[in-house]
Amino acid sequence: MATYEPLILAFCCHYCAYAAADLAGSMRLQYPNNVRVLKLPCTGKLEVNFILAAFERGVDGVFVAGCLEGGCHYMEGNLRARRRVERAKVLLSEIGLEPERLEMFNLSSAQGPRFAEIVTEMTTRLAELGPSPFRPARGAEEGVREMTKQAEAHLTDEAHGCVAA
Amino acid sequence: MIVANRKNVQEIRDMIKGHKRVLLVGCGTCVTVCLAGGERETGILGSALRMSLKLIGRGEVVVDECTIERQCDDAFFDAIGSHGAEYDAICSFGCGVGVQALAERFPNTAVYPGLNTQFMGLLESQGVWAEKCAGCGNCRLGEFAGICPITRCAKHLFNGPCGGSREGKCEVREDLDCAWQLIYDRAKNIGSLDKLEEIALPNDWSTALDGGPRKVVREDQCIAGLGPKA
Repeated sequence: MATYEPLILAFCCHYCAYAAADLAGSMRLQYPNNVRVLKLPCTGKLEVNFILAAFERGVDGVFVAGCLEGGCHYMEGNLRARRRVERAKVLLSEIGLEPERLEMFNLSSAQGPRFAEIVTEMTTRLAELGPSPFRPARGAEEGVREMTKQAEAHLTDEAHGCVAA
Repeated sequence: MIVANRKNVQEIRDMIKGHKRVLLVGCGTCVTVCLAGGERETGILGSALRMSLKLIGRGEVVVDECTIERQCDDAFFDAIGSHGAEYDAICSFGCGVGVQALAERFPNTAVYPGLNTQFMGLLESQGVWAEKCAGCGNCRLGEFAGICPITRCAKHLFNGPCGGSREGKCEVREDLDCAWQLIYDRAKNIGSLDKLEEIALPNDWSTALDGGPRKVVREDQCIAGLGPKA
């Protein structure tokens, strides 16, 4: 499909990938603009249901970007996230969706160029896989916005107190 | 606690074949603790099922989720209330008790199990559960230094060990501790080795499942006039 542009949701750790994405912007690096970033206080916050919720809302791919292994601010949040991503991949296979649509990456906050590389890599991969079969006719943007809003409300909620607004 | 694990997404999808509105009911007790059927796991399976159904062209099937405090107590089904009747199938993410309790509560609705109930067990380490009790109805752990030979010895021997005990391991599986080695070691530690010299008599299995489904009745707790269900 010539006009197909994959929509990617990136779950990014506040301490590394989110800062790396910011740095990529400051460095004026060029990368595909089809990635939507959802900030987590740590990728250890990620649950398998977040990933499935994203796919159910029609995103074409999801990546999780946490700190370099050994560099997590919460000791092992990124290692837990990796295991959850692996579990989600098993579920995606059972569902009948390509597990390659989901990937875990590790990078530091200083690796702005690596963030741009990851987005490019995922975009190329998803372009080959084609659009998600769950993509709504009106596109998945609305679902992603809804998820982002929910996540922001959740994270700024004092009861959860992860990242104060 | 009762330990269970989830069924494959496709297996559940095939079970609910032919239904148009399906309610997934999670349970907030044992299966939440063993990460099989609580609110989060039920939500995950709900998402997975909806996507799986869509992929086989059955996207019109409504799959909703709810999780109640406990499926093994009728009182908590009030939380589902009349909503249960709006669905033509219910899939329980509780143990086998929960599945049957739902079937009793909703006599005209198809009820399916979302989990495979495994055993009564203990959290050994994070993410690892081990079987400890067979619920035989006649606990003799006092005779065996607190280690159950029915559950933990592959041959259920009351007078062990057998000849297959090798350096503390069972011949059935290399990773399996020999229950009788554990019994011996613990009896030695607590100074009750003499108990092991007595021949343990065969069990009265009529108190176990072999005597048919069991019932525990506390007359003093029964409401006068109602008594236990026949």
